Amino acid sequence: MNPENYLILAAILFAIAAVGVLVRRNALIAFMCVELMLNSCNLVLAAFAQMRGNLDGQVAAFFVMVVAAAEVVVGLAIVMMIYRTRRSTSVDDANLLKL
Amino acid sequence: MFLLETVQPMAATGSFLYAWLMIAAPLVVAGILLVGGRVTDAWGHLLATLAIWVSFAVAAVIFAEMWSRPVGERVVESHLYEWFSVGSWSFPVGLYVDPLSILFALLITGVGGLIHIYSIGYMAHDPRRRRFFAFLNLFVAAMLILVLADNYLVLFIGWEGVGLASYLLISFWQERPAAAAAGVKAFVMNRVGDIGMTLAIFSMLAMFGSVRFQTVTEGAAQLQPLWATMIGLFLLLGACGKSAQVPLQAWLLDAMEGPTPVSALIHAATMVTAGVYLVVRSHAIFEASPVAQLAVVIVGTVTLLAGAWIGCSKDDIKKVLAGSTMSQIGYMMLAAGIGPAGYAFAIFHLLTHGAFKANMFLGAGSVMHGMNDDVNMRHFGNLSKYMKVTFATFGIGYLAIIGFPFLSGYFSKDHIIEAAFHANAVAGVCALLGAGITAFYMTRLMLMTFFGEERWLAGVHPHESPKVMTIPLIILAVLSIVLGALMNSWIQGWLEPAVGNHPHEVSLIPTPIGWATLIVVALGVLVGWMVFGRRPVPAVAPSSSNPLTVTGRHDLFGDAINDVVAVAPTMGAARGLAHFDKHGLDGAVDATAFAFGGLSKQMRKLQNGYARSYALTMVLGFVGVAVLLILTHLA
Amino acid sequence: MNPALIPLVTGTEVTFWVCATMMVLGALGLVLFRKAVYCALSMVVVMVNLAVLYAAMEGPFLFVTQIIVYTGAIMMLFVFVMMLVGIDRPDSTVETIKGQRVLGLIAGVLLAALLIYAIAGAVTVGPAGLAGPNAADGGNVQGLAGLLFGRYIFVFELTAALLITAAVGAMVLAHHQRIHPKAKQRDLADERMRAYAATGEHPGTLPNSGIFATHNSIGAPALLPDGSVAEKSVSKTLVARGATIDPAGLQEGTRRNFEELERVRDADEEDDE
Repeated sequence: MNPENYLILAAILFAIAAVGVLVRRNALIAFMCVELMLNSCNLVLAAFAQMRGNLDGQVAAFFVMVVAAAEVVVGLAIVMMIYRTRRSTSVDDANLLKL
Repeated sequence: MFLLETVQPMAATGSFLYAWLMIAAPLVVAGILLVGGRVTDAWGHLLATLAIWVSFAVAAVIFAEMWSRPVGERVVESHLYEWFSVGSWSFPVGLYVDPLSILFALLITGVGGLIHIYSIGYMAHDPRRRRFFAFLNLFVAAMLILVLADNYLVLFIGWEGVGLASYLLISFWQERPAAAAAGVKAFVMNRVGDIGMTLAIFSMLAMFGSVRFQTVTEGAAQLQPLWATMIGLFLLLGACGKSAQVPLQAWLLDAMEGPTPVSALIHAATMVTAGVYLVVRSHAIFEASPVAQLAVVIVGTVTLLAGAWIGCSKDDIKKVLAGSTMSQIGYMMLAAGIGPAGYAFAIFHLLTHGAFKANMFLGAGSVMHGMNDDVNMRHFGNLSKYMKVTFATFGIGYLAIIGFPFLSGYFSKDHIIEAAFHANAVAGVCALLGAGITAFYMTRLMLMTFFGEERWLAGVHPHESPKVMTIPLIILAVLSIVLGALMNSWIQGWLEPAVGNHPHEVSLIPTPIGWATLIVVALGVLVGWMVFGRRPVPAVAPSSSNPLTVTGRHDLFGDAINDVVAVAPTMGAARGLAHFDKHGLDGAVDATAFAFGGLSKQMRKLQNGYARSYALTMVLGFVGVAVLLILTHLA
Repeated sequence: MNPALIPLVTGTEVTFWVCATMMVLGALGLVLFRKAVYCALSMVVVMVNLAVLYAAMEGPFLFVTQIIVYTGAIMMLFVFVMMLVGIDRPDSTVETIKGQRVLGLIAGVLLAALLIYAIAGAVTVGPAGLAGPNAADGGNVQGLAGLLFGRYIFVFELTAALLITAAVGAMVLAHHQRIHPKAKQRDLADERMRAYAATGEHPGTLPNSGIFATHNSIGAPALLPDGSVAEKSVSKTLVARGATIDPAGLQEGTRRNFEELERVRDADEEDDE
């Protein structure tokens, strides 16, 4: 089994997730797309671990999971906050970045 | 052309050590008067006059010591200090005191001193008399720097200094638009000449590596003919500007807007002769280039005729005298241009002219003083009865300038005409003709001013001027009589250390050319009397269609020529540049600003506040950077 | 190794192609579905398939963690939040930012091409396999534990700090600052009585939603005996979302009952006569 296949699959997933972040206005879905990106990275890490024959890649993937868990907790709390104040989960409504 | 032996300069000793005092005295006083302000109003004019006489005393002492020295020790170069040095070039400031420059110093301080005394009376009622005297002192200081400098760069400082003083004094009555304009005109036209001066100095630096007179004089013989000609022509251009020679003559007539003492000192006796001094001082250059010499002769001849022509047609007494000045300086230029034979005569005529022309200008000032500052000769007439001293002194000046036997002009001008005939028959004939015309227009001036019926304007009561004005006139009149005879047989020998030995002797007995000159002069006087003496002079200039008269009244259309040749193209170029600046440069600037503004408007749309949009930019940027990295990696 | 001895298709390969197809479809579903819940389910599909791939790549610990952490915990959180914010309307398909979709698509394609090009170039060695490392410490989990508590101990402890920080952060964010003191039972009762005194509003309990014997949904408004709708029987939130059942249908039964009653009464009156 050629490890390249895993990598290409990860690249495709990453690109799809990136497009999702760009086109979806729902904050939750955009957030899920970000998670998908992290997952595709994990796939790459695991694939490299197998390719090179050591477990460091898997450890890295594990750390990514932990960080993702922390990120999701905070991120969803923020989404909740915004929804509570603005009654919306659309990322376009939170355009306070604009002057 | 044979090489002239000039005397090597020696270090300063004795009274020569104090030569700098000549310059310092008027310069310091000018500073005191200008900085001191109203405090010095009461005694400023006296201090200024004193300063000039101090300079004169120093010059006289030095002259006496030089006289007592053997010929070989008469050229003294005193080094004052090192101004600056660039690479291998060094520019020392020093004084070069030789028979030529000491004569000039005597003329400047002597005539200048007399004119200062005269001005005390003439400017008595002017509220800005102190400033006038400050400027006069500044002028004298600058003029002395000019003639006492030991190199062309320091000479140029004096050259510019007298230009500045001339500008300040011509437009001294700055509230008159004509005076202000005349000052600007003189200044601007002198700039044209200054270009020639600077180019000459640059060329000398390039050719000799030094601008010292001594180095230039010694090196001139080895100079390539082309460079000698170019330097000569550059110097001639400078001389033309300063001495109001054709084609840069137009400013001198307008310069008569200044107070009359200024006209006498600057625009007759001293500053305008600086060009002659320059040519004589640079004689080695001109001897190395026959072309440049010929150019000097041509300029001198043309100017002497042009000046005489203008003198014939003007009704303004000062402008007649200004034309006459041009004409006489033309004689000097002619003499300086014909080579070793003429240098001494040029200086000789310069000195005598300084005396009698200053005399006549001051006389004209005296007349104006009595006639409520009117300058139109058609409003004069029969003044000989009312202003006897002025008339007598003016008459002596008149006789001197037309070359009445044994007065100063007789000697100096005849020598020039004679030398011109020896050098070039055409120039000689022109010089002879000029002498006749001079006699004609000066006779006209005399007749219109002092004889005939009274044509005064209402309310004018002619009266003699105060003694403070007439005494200088008397002194100058005496000088006009004796100066020629005193210096006739002496000047050539005296100037030998400065300009080289002279080729032929002069005598008091008229030569055939001298007789011819006398006859021509007599004819000129006769014609003048027949035209203006026998019948009444109209109070208003009769309109004339005679092209000679019309051309003369319009200053030979000098302004028109300048307009067409220089002013119009310059204005056109300036307008073109202004147009280009407005529409080209400003347009480009505005367009750039507009482009940036438009670009910013478009860029602002990118800043839409949508996080997704920014994310897209990030992704595209990442892709771009990665592609670039990969491409460079592949390359 | 003799190529002939290698099987044409291995089990790993079959697993990969099946799971890869599922994952790409799931990812596309995540991006394309209009309803957020469908997207979440697509995400779950991707994650479970990814877990399977981990297993195929000799990583049983990751396989388990993926399912427990991602599919179990993280996706649970997502769905939970979805329910909290009440996502029941599909997203609008209208793009509000001009050119965002086209440009995003182009960027995605470029990104994919670039990543594939770059990653493919990174593969320099064949698969070494994890059989050796996994066996070294007696198993995959033991091996990872050796690394986590050995070489990566500091990172591991840092992640612990990160997790605690995240938990505290989430609590801080979710914490609601109380401006007024919490109203107690007594206060509420007093308030109701004051309202009754002022406006005559009924101080008792609000009517229950639903209609006896026909509808018990909380979206079904109660009907008063005359068939009119009791406005207060449904939550205001549901009314605002338009999630209530149309009362016209509910009123139908009541109306029929009344007609029947009137008909029977009329018939009785005729009988009496």
